Amino acid sequence: MKSDMHNQKYDELVKKMTPNSRMLRGYVRAFWVGGTICCIGQALNLLGNALELTVMTSPMFTSMVLIFIGTTLTGFGVYDRIGRYAGAGSIVPITGFANSIAASAIEFRREGLILGLGSRLFAVAGPVLAYGISSSILAGLIHWGLGRIG
Amino acid sequence: MTESGRSIFFSSKPSISACASIAGPKEGKGRFGDLFDIVLEEDLLGQISWEMGESEMLRRTAELCCKKIGLSISDAEAFLSGDLNNQIIASTFAARALEVPFFGLYGACSTFVESLLLGAMLVDGGYRKNALCAASSHFCTAERQFRYPLELGTQRPPSAQWTATAAGAVLVSHSSAKSIARITAGTIGKVVDRHIKDANHMGAAMAPAVCDTICAHFKGTNTTHKDYDLIATGDLGWIGKNILMELLKEHDLQIPDEKLIDCGASMYYAEQDTHAGGSGAGCIAAVTCAKLLREIEDSRLKRILIVGSGALLSWTSSQQGESIPGIAYAAVLEGEPNE
Repeated sequence: MKSDMHNQKYDELVKKMTPNSRMLRGYVRAFWVGGTICCIGQALNLLGNALELTVMTSPMFTSMVLIFIGTTLTGFGVYDRIGRYAGAGSIVPITGFANSIAASAIEFRREGLILGLGSRLFAVAGPVLAYGISSSILAGLIHWGLGRIG
Repeated sequence: MTESGRSIFFSSKPSISACASIAGPKEGKGRFGDLFDIVLEEDLLGQISWEMGESEMLRRTAELCCKKIGLSISDAEAFLSGDLNNQIIASTFAARALEVPFFGLYGACSTFVESLLLGAMLVDGGYRKNALCAASSHFCTAERQFRYPLELGTQRPPSAQWTATAAGAVLVSHSSAKSIARITAGTIGKVVDRHIKDANHMGAAMAPAVCDTICAHFKGTNTTHKDYDLIATGDLGWIGKNILMELLKEHDLQIPDEKLIDCGASMYYAEQDTHAGGSGAGCIAAVTCAKLLREIEDSRLKRILIVGSGALLSWTSSQQGESIPGIAYAAVLEGEPNE
């Protein structure tokens, strides 16, 4: 018990001595960088319409171009700097997803194509895929169930 | 064992007859940039992987250390080294190239002082004429092992530290050799855990161990901070250093701020964006070799206490939610008495 108290007191000291992240600055940066990426996405979507792409293919075109940009910027070592500056602003959009896969690919390439690149490609993006797909199936089932009731 | 029993006295006062340091490009732009023997232009050192790059940096440091006093590497009688990689591969691969009898050590970032104490014991006990004591760390190997891929665009909290790309090596020799400094005493660390679980706050995890070792050292050697010109801790970072100061005050030890420096906290300039400062096994190793030993040699410092601190976590223990134990080793370095 004494040691619990001891550790709790230390925890309080650590909290007191550790500065917090600068929240407001983080929000502003995330907002404008994330917003800019979304605007680029929207512009691409409109471009898709102008190119007479269909409702199905226009979003695909947008995603493909954004993934290409995210991956390329990762390869040139630029995206990690954007991420350091913008945080969630550049992690949440699809370019961040592309970055997480490209960064893993570059990192683990040296361990070989199969057990290095192949198996660790989704080291960061894996959880997003696993839980993203699972929750979309769940949402689909709820939607279907509600439709039956209604 | 009594607290005072943790200290060791080296009766023959083994000498540090040579030292060498190599640092990466970012460290070269830091506060001690001009002091390192070599500042690397690129941190891969022409190797095919970061791990082999780190190993090559360590090998070059060890060779440079021997070369400085005209000793052939084959005349080194022991090589004691460690690093932060799994199974300390930077050290073992360097030892493979050096072909010197080898002890592989792991004390995380405290490894350099651990190797210094063990090397001094080997020499003081008369088992070896000399011992090469070294440690290294590399930003890129540590990132991929403990954190994320290098190119991943993430943010780090203010308490995070930057693993220094650096290596340091000293040659501990029999006391009759010409010396830069002498190792006269030391204190063995105990693993101390105050239940810090945040892997981005190494300073908080290690500060209690450093405080514990400093207290045990003062008790065991019957000294106070007044007996030392400087106390240099390893890589607590500036937040960890502030926490240490508070902990020392709780033990009634009022050490003036300018007398206690932290190698990690002072390695980089604030604008280098390292957050809480530098870390890594190479941090205290390179700073001791580049700066502290030089100041002892120039008689600017007469007697110092270096305290290497290590956070004993692994990726596995951290993912499994275990807390981060810390350890700290202390060594006393003294200059030659003025004649």
